[in-house]
Amino acid sequence: MTPRRFLATLGPGVLWLLAFLVLPALIMLGYSFLTRTDLAQVGPPWTLESWGRVIGYDALFQEWTGDNLRVLWRSVWVAGLSTALCVLLGYPLAFYIARQDARRRQLLLLLLIIPFWTNFLIRVYAWIILLRPFDLVPSLTATLLGMVYAFLPFFVLPVYASVEKVNWSLWEAAQDLGAPPARAFWSAVVPQTWPGLVAGILLTFIPALGTFVVSDLLGGAKTALVGNLVQNQFGQAGDWPYGSALSFLLMGLVLLGLWAYARVAGRRGLEELV
Amino acid sequence: MTRTHPLLAAWAWLVYAFLYLPILVLIVFSFNESRFGAEWTGFTTKWYGVLLGRADVRAALGHTLQVALLSTLVSTVLGTLTGLGLWRYTSRARAALSTLLVLPIVIPDVVMGVMLLMFYAAVRAGLERAGWTFDNGFWTVLLAHVTFQISYVALTVRSRLSGYGPELEEAARDLGASAWQSFWRVVLPLAWPGVLAGALLAFTLSLDDFVVTYFTSGSGFQTLPVLIYTNVKRGVTPDINALSTLLILVTVVAVLVANALLRPRRKA
Repeated sequence: MTPRRFLATLGPGVLWLLAFLVLPALIMLGYSFLTRTDLAQVGPPWTLESWGRVIGYDALFQEWTGDNLRVLWRSVWVAGLSTALCVLLGYPLAFYIARQDARRRQLLLLLLIIPFWTNFLIRVYAWIILLRPFDLVPSLTATLLGMVYAFLPFFVLPVYASVEKVNWSLWEAAQDLGAPPARAFWSAVVPQTWPGLVAGILLTFIPALGTFVVSDLLGGAKTALVGNLVQNQFGQAGDWPYGSALSFLLMGLVLLGLWAYARVAGRRGLEELV
Repeated sequence: MTRTHPLLAAWAWLVYAFLYLPILVLIVFSFNESRFGAEWTGFTTKWYGVLLGRADVRAALGHTLQVALLSTLVSTVLGTLTGLGLWRYTSRARAALSTLLVLPIVIPDVVMGVMLLMFYAAVRAGLERAGWTFDNGFWTVLLAHVTFQISYVALTVRSRLSGYGPELEEAARDLGASAWQSFWRVVLPLAWPGVLAGALLAFTLSLDDFVVTYFTSGSGFQTLPVLIYTNVKRGVTPDINALSTLLILVTVVAVLVANALLRPRRKA
C-alpha cells in the first residue's frame, strides 16, 4: 500500500472520525477532571470529584451515598428485563416467520420492518396515547413496555437471519435417534441460532442501557436511568464534569458488553454484528 | 416445511398486534375531535389543517430534509472511500480501523450527543479568542450526523465487496487500466449496490435521529424529531398525532418502494 493511495481512500474518513469522535472523547475526558463554575462553565482546579460521585462518593457531605449506584443498578436491570422480554416475544416469532412459504415470509418481514423504520420518537410517543387512559404514564411499567416495543425489531431481525439458516435435518436426526421433540429442539436447533441470538440480545441491551428518551417520556423522575442522569447534567443541573464522568461510565458498560460478546463470538463476530 | 404449531402462530400474531396496536391508536386519535383526554368525541380532519398552518412544523420539516440530504451526500462519499480502503488493505491497521468505525455505532447516542456538545463549546471558546464565533444550528447538526453515518456506509460497502478479492483491481491494472479507471470501471460498479444501501441507511438514520440532534442543535434550530419531543414534553396535542400519522404514512410508502425496487435484484 502506498501512502498516497492510503490517504486517498481511508484518509478522509479516518480524519473525520479523529476530528469529530476521538478528539471530542478526549475533550470529554478532560472535562470530567475539571470543576463546575458559575453558569454551567467549567474550569480548574483539576479534581477527581466527578469520578468520585460516579461511584457514590458525595464530596459535599464527605460520605458514600447509594443514590447513584441505585440508578445504575436500575438501568442495568431495566435493560436486562426488557431484553429478556424481547427474547420471549421475538425468538418464537423468528421461528414462525422462518417456517412460512416465501411469499408470506416476505410479507411478515415487511410488517416487521415498518415499525423498525418508523421514527423512534413516534413509536415511544404512541405508547403515551395508548397508556394514558390507564393512568400508566409515567411508570416503570410504561418504560419497560416502551423499551420492548422500541427495540423488538432490533432483536428479531438478526435472530431471524440465523433461524432462516437452521438445518432442520439435524432436528429430525435427533428425533430419529430417540430424543423427544423439545429436547431435540434444544440440543439440535438452538445452538445453530446462537450467533443471531447473542447479536440480537446485544442490539437490544446496549440501546436499552443508554436510552434516556423512553424513560424520560414514559417513566418520569422516579424511574430515572443513567441516560437521564447524563441528560440532566447537560440540561437543568448544568454540571458538565459530572455528566462527562457518567458518560464514560455508560460507555464503559457498553464496551464491557461488547468485549464479552467478542469473547463468545470472536473478532469476526464483532465485525459481522454491525 | 411450512407447518407451524397453532400456538406458535397465535404467539406470532399477538406480537404483531403488540407492534401495530399503538400505531393504530395513534392514527385513530389523529382524527378525534376532542382536544383533551382519550375519549372519542367525533371524527374530524381539522388537526391536519392546524398542523399545516404551523410555521414551526414547516421549518422543522425543511431543516430535517436539508440535514438528511446533505449529510447523506457527504457521508456516502467519505464512507464509500473508507469502505473501499478497508476492503483493499488487509493489515494490522485494519483491526484498529474497524474498531474506530464500530465506535460511532456502539456508543450510546446520548454519550455521542453530549460529547459533541462539549466539543463544539470548546471549539467556540477557542475561536472566540481569535475573534470568530458561531452558534449551534444547521452546521453543527450536519457535522454530527455525518460522524455517525460514515461507519454505516463504510461497513455496508465493505460487506458488499467482501466476496471479491483485491486481485480484481490488480487484474484491471495488469490489463492496462489506470488507478482511476480501475476505480470507476471495476471497483465502483461492483460496490454500487452497497453504496446505495449505505446511502439509504444514512438518510434514514439522519431523519430518525433525535438524541444527537437535540444536543447539537442549539435553541434556534429544530428538526421534526426535536419538535415532536418538545411538544410532547409540554403535553400531548392532537396535531402531533396528525404529524406522526403523516410520518408513519411516509415510512410505509418508503418501505414498500424500497422493497419493490430491491426485489428484482435478488440474484445480485
